[in-house]
Amino acid sequence: MKILVPIKRVPDWQIKLKLLADGSDIQRDGIKWIINTFDEIAVEEAIRLKEQGVVSEIVLASVGPSDTKSRLEYALAMGADSAILVNHDGPVDSDLASRVLAAIYSRHEFGMIIMGKQAIDSDSSQTAQLLAARLNLPQACFASKVEIEGERATVTREVDGGLEVLEVPMPCVISTDLRLNEPRYAALPNLMKAKKKPFEEITLESLGVSAEVKVSVKSMVFPEARSAGRKVADVVELVAALQEEAKVL
Amino acid sequence: MGKIIVFAQHNDGKLIKSTLVALTAAEELRRVWGCAAITAVTLGQGAASAAEELLQYGVEDVRFSEDELFAQYRAEPFGRAIALAAKEMGASVVVGAANSTGKDVLPRVAVLLEGAQASDIIGVNEDGSLKRPMYAGNVIADVEVSSDVRIVSIRGTAFSAATPGTQGGAKAVLELAGDAELVEQDRFGKIVGFEQSKADRPELTDAEVVVSGGRALASAENFEKIVFPLADALKGAVGASRAAVDSGYAPNDWQVGQTGKVVAPSLYFAIGISGAIQHLAGMKDSKVIVAINKDPDAPIFEVADYGLVADLFDVVPELTSLIESKK
Repeated sequence: MKILVPIKRVPDWQIKLKLLADGSDIQRDGIKWIINTFDEIAVEEAIRLKEQGVVSEIVLASVGPSDTKSRLEYALAMGADSAILVNHDGPVDSDLASRVLAAIYSRHEFGMIIMGKQAIDSDSSQTAQLLAARLNLPQACFASKVEIEGERATVTREVDGGLEVLEVPMPCVISTDLRLNEPRYAALPNLMKAKKKPFEEITLESLGVSAEVKVSVKSMVFPEARSAGRKVADVVELVAALQEEAKVL
Repeated sequence: MGKIIVFAQHNDGKLIKSTLVALTAAEELRRVWGCAAITAVTLGQGAASAAEELLQYGVEDVRFSEDELFAQYRAEPFGRAIALAAKEMGASVVVGAANSTGKDVLPRVAVLLEGAQASDIIGVNEDGSLKRPMYAGNVIADVEVSSDVRIVSIRGTAFSAATPGTQGGAKAVLELAGDAELVEQDRFGKIVGFEQSKADRPELTDAEVVVSGGRALASAENFEKIVFPLADALKGAVGASRAAVDSGYAPNDWQVGQTGKVVAPSLYFAIGISGAIQHLAGMKDSKVIVAINKDPDAPIFEVADYGLVADLFDVVPELTSLIESKK
């Protein structure tokens, strides 16, 4: 079974973001980029499924600027087999990402799609669900455990109030939550070998997908900082403050 | 713009708080976008009484279904039913809570109605743009949705809960025949198990008091020994930082932060939590924040109203017994 793993390149969550002077976007030049952390979990899960013999081939896909290539190469070094990069410099909303991925899915024979539950830059948590709806496939989002048996996937989902176990037929779309696994690091020799793996660069036009976005950012600000209160010396002072000043006890 | 339809979630027929919050946001959207009216759709066992309750909030028209298809939440049948109700109502705006069900289903509705979605909205601007957090809460953006049909999911802590208003609306059963796919299908999947989180404490996002623990707790046993008693003394919910979840000390269901739950209780305790921005994004709207941490330079103290620099293993049990003694 061939599996599709969509990847988004996002700013490293450890860097301090800066905004452009006009507030239209974050400062993107010269910052460090990483694979979206939830997508990295998806890559790891795909590799584990391949190690179990469930998956035969892992295909990565991304839409973004040409330097997204290095992030895809990192995922190839982790253990994916090939990558497709749809070169596009303009803005990408969840809708556009899902249209690109649906077009790629339709050109191959995939048994499954696994991807992050949300990208840690736009935080929309939509693309997996949009893609499933577009392809009329079952979805199993926010997965903390994935088991494939024959033509069915049994997925433990992290939902409000507990863990739900959902069984869906394949092909399906699975989105990954934090606890699914701990991604491996790509070893240095593999990073060199990854550059020799099949890598296809295509355009939106070649997929027949329009670059239109429907949700666009007009402006950005940093949230108002909450001001620090005061330090208390001990538990007695804390309880007194909560009772008498804050009146919350 | 056409009408607004609210996807109203309920618990055995009683509307949940995040639905009441979505109703408030829907009213703001109606005013700013000039929508004709607010309607609603509600599904599953108890939907008839949830529909009745919706009418008390001034909802003009409600479609409900207690069909077996909706006995348990599943993405495709719910998505199709919401889209069908939207079409019947002539709605061009779909509003719902950004909780786990809303996050799961609303994008499917967007595809079925050929619209686009703005997620996790925290404000409605007078110019029609919407406020939402991005980059783990590091940035607040004003976004514009340009599609004819717009889907909006609402952050549960960002608006107040609606209060009952003028009545006079109508309710009717949603006729499923309008979508030929709305019959049981293998593709819809099957719920084969559910493991409920410990239910004798309030739901994290509804609780008046939240006691959260971080990596400094060092084990799941210490969570039980240190965090649980304080939470129980205050009748509060238990939360955790992503670091604590990552380390396996607490289930992900308890995670407070941009990739977990967003809470805004009256009183929030951060115990042994350093205060990564992704955690702050999930709790900084709490009314009063108390931080207990050994490290005086921990960033959590920059947002805490009351900070106690101390070893949590000493002071938290002391705090618990002092609170118990004052009851």
